[in-house]
Amino acid sequence: MSTDTAMVENKKASMPAMGMGEVVTGSEMLLRCLLLEGVEHVFGYPGGAVLPIYDSLYSSQLKHVLTRHEQGAIHAADGYARATGKPGVVIATSGPGATNLVTGIATAQMDSVPLVCITGNVAQSLIGTDAFQEANITGITLPITKHNYFVRNIEDLPRIIKEAFHIATTGRPGPVLIDIPKDVNTAKAPFYYPESVKLRTYNPTVKPNYMQVDKMLKAIAKAKKPVIVTGGGTVTAGAEQELIEFAEKTNIPVITTLMGLAGFPGTHELCIGMPGMHGCYAANQALLNTDLLINIGARFDDRITMGRTKEFAQNAKIVHIDIDPAEIGKNINPYIPIVGDAKTVLATAIPKVQRADSDEWVAQVKAWNQEQPYRYSKSPEGRLKPQRVVEMIYETTAGNAIVTTDVGQHQMWVAQYYKFSAVRSFLSSGGLGTMGFGFPAAIGAQFAYPDRLVISVSGDGGFQMNLQELAIAAAHNLPVKIVILNNNCLGMVRQWQELFYDNRYSHIDLTESVDFVKLAEAYGIKGLRASTEEQAENVWREALNTNGPVLVEFKVEPGENVFPMVAAGNTLDQMVLGDEE
Amino acid sequence: MEQKHTISVLVNDQPGVLTRVANLMGQRGFNIDSITVGQSEEKGLSRMIIVTSGDEATVEQIVKQFHKLIDVLKVQQLSSGPMVARELALIKVEATASTRAELNLIIDPFRASVVDVGPNSIVVQVTGDTQKIDALIELLTPYGIKELSRTGVTAISRSASLVKA
Repeated sequence: MSTDTAMVENKKASMPAMGMGEVVTGSEMLLRCLLLEGVEHVFGYPGGAVLPIYDSLYSSQLKHVLTRHEQGAIHAADGYARATGKPGVVIATSGPGATNLVTGIATAQMDSVPLVCITGNVAQSLIGTDAFQEANITGITLPITKHNYFVRNIEDLPRIIKEAFHIATTGRPGPVLIDIPKDVNTAKAPFYYPESVKLRTYNPTVKPNYMQVDKMLKAIAKAKKPVIVTGGGTVTAGAEQELIEFAEKTNIPVITTLMGLAGFPGTHELCIGMPGMHGCYAANQALLNTDLLINIGARFDDRITMGRTKEFAQNAKIVHIDIDPAEIGKNINPYIPIVGDAKTVLATAIPKVQRADSDEWVAQVKAWNQEQPYRYSKSPEGRLKPQRVVEMIYETTAGNAIVTTDVGQHQMWVAQYYKFSAVRSFLSSGGLGTMGFGFPAAIGAQFAYPDRLVISVSGDGGFQMNLQELAIAAAHNLPVKIVILNNNCLGMVRQWQELFYDNRYSHIDLTESVDFVKLAEAYGIKGLRASTEEQAENVWREALNTNGPVLVEFKVEPGENVFPMVAAGNTLDQMVLGDEE
Repeated sequence: MEQKHTISVLVNDQPGVLTRVANLMGQRGFNIDSITVGQSEEKGLSRMIIVTSGDEATVEQIVKQFHKLIDVLKVQQLSSGPMVARELALIKVEATASTRAELNLIIDPFRASVVDVGPNSIVVQVTGDTQKIDALIELLTPYGIKELSRTGVTAISRSASLVKA
């Protein structure tokens, strides 16, 4: 029985080069399909159930990156995908190999990252017997994949792979998992690759409804205090240029969510900054006062609305542009819903759109930003401030590096103090908030762009969640710059315990950790350390001038908090601006 | 306002599709009152009828989330228009020689029928809308219901509005 949405007759497909019709094994088919999909790099970890695939990889043109943990492999594939816009591919064996992908799959799903995850499973004769390394990975990943497949027949394999790439990369992208039992990998059949995908049940809406776009244009003409909120959808659609043109033509200031940070230049004069829990004063004031909010590819996450959706942007008519109809009305009911791809919607609107009557408003927003910029005070004892480290990284790279982060205080400081100007240059786990994401993601991005500057910024907590991937940086001499902002604790948890749990610092102390410099050296990587501003500048210069991987540990002020802050459950007008020392 | 909604979901007839739909309901915190699935008018497609409760916004979100599933072809909120909804129940009731005649008097107005007779019990088959079945169960309860099996609601739009692929 066919397992999935079979609509394509493989045998009717065209036969370009690469030996169509040739009898090959399932694993050979798989690798040929990957090459036909334009895949160059796969990240993975071998094991019993995928031995046939790894045997075929031995003589394949595909570049396989052996990570030291499946979670490292999937975050690397994710970083590769976020940096390039192309789907990331990961291979893992059955059972624990497959389950080790789960965090990475959920991370990609929450941030709409295209991934194709290939897992092995035990032979079908053993399925359901609790065989060694058997796990029902399609069942486990049902809620965290865009779609998944269990391949029962070798004849279905090429069609399924074709469909998987199509589903992962179109519409709202996401991870697709293909579980292949061992007997399918070793079976033989003639190879035919379908030319196109025919899925009757899957037709994402890309082009917007023109009447709705016209309604938006009329709303812009009437607005006095319009604002654009842009999210990950702009980046995914590759709509950065269109967004600049749209914002400039309409003279509407732009708020960039965490996921939308590299979707609009941080240095642009219409850029207000990030909104929400740790967003800037100006962005939150703009949300409180706007009369027209144009949301492009953002989903009104609770880090921005604070879950207080009824009080959110109360004075505004809301336009919501999203490729996923289910996002529209999920959290906020918009005045004008527009379903479509951000790039297409903006390209449709740009020729007709008029400049808004917004000069006063733009001046007001700028004034807010000047009144209350992101700021921190120097340590009286001359200790290194984490914000200073991020500023320094920004100053020395002019905002052009690819920066990855983990999750926590350092992530927020990067979002606040690094002004991203290059597209797809900020890679961070926004939705799931995955610690341990940043460093392997940087490895993936560096494989995609060997000549670009890739900087991984982590805290001492998150870095220890996937530090084993130092081996990859060393083995491939990847020039990734690994920054650890070490405050000897789980900083964001410490901050919440200080503010909301009466300074009861429960289990956040990481003082008894490893010597990061020696750890780097143990992996054959240069390790540097700084604990004052002057040292920081010196070691950072040295790191930038080093060919190959470098780990730089910045020992920063442990008690530093991220401000501004809106506490969870409060509204955006209840913003704490800073630590009044 | 919280109320019952009946949704028709046309899906690919594939293993695991029911799991996907049911899982989605659980994942998003939507309530399932009943779910039935069977063949549709077209080979290769099954129709699921889901009865859920919630306000209008919730049901709109459910419809949109179902649409996201790759195996879902069409979703329609049947209860927003004219529809026919039916459920089947089999009820095993304690019945002695003395109560049987009385039971028949209860069953007849419901156009239910006795489909099995045992020494101490009978099996009653009834079809109809949910309220009708609830009403019969209420009347039979004093006699002692030994077993009860309900199918959940299946439904179809009235001829004015076709739900087709």
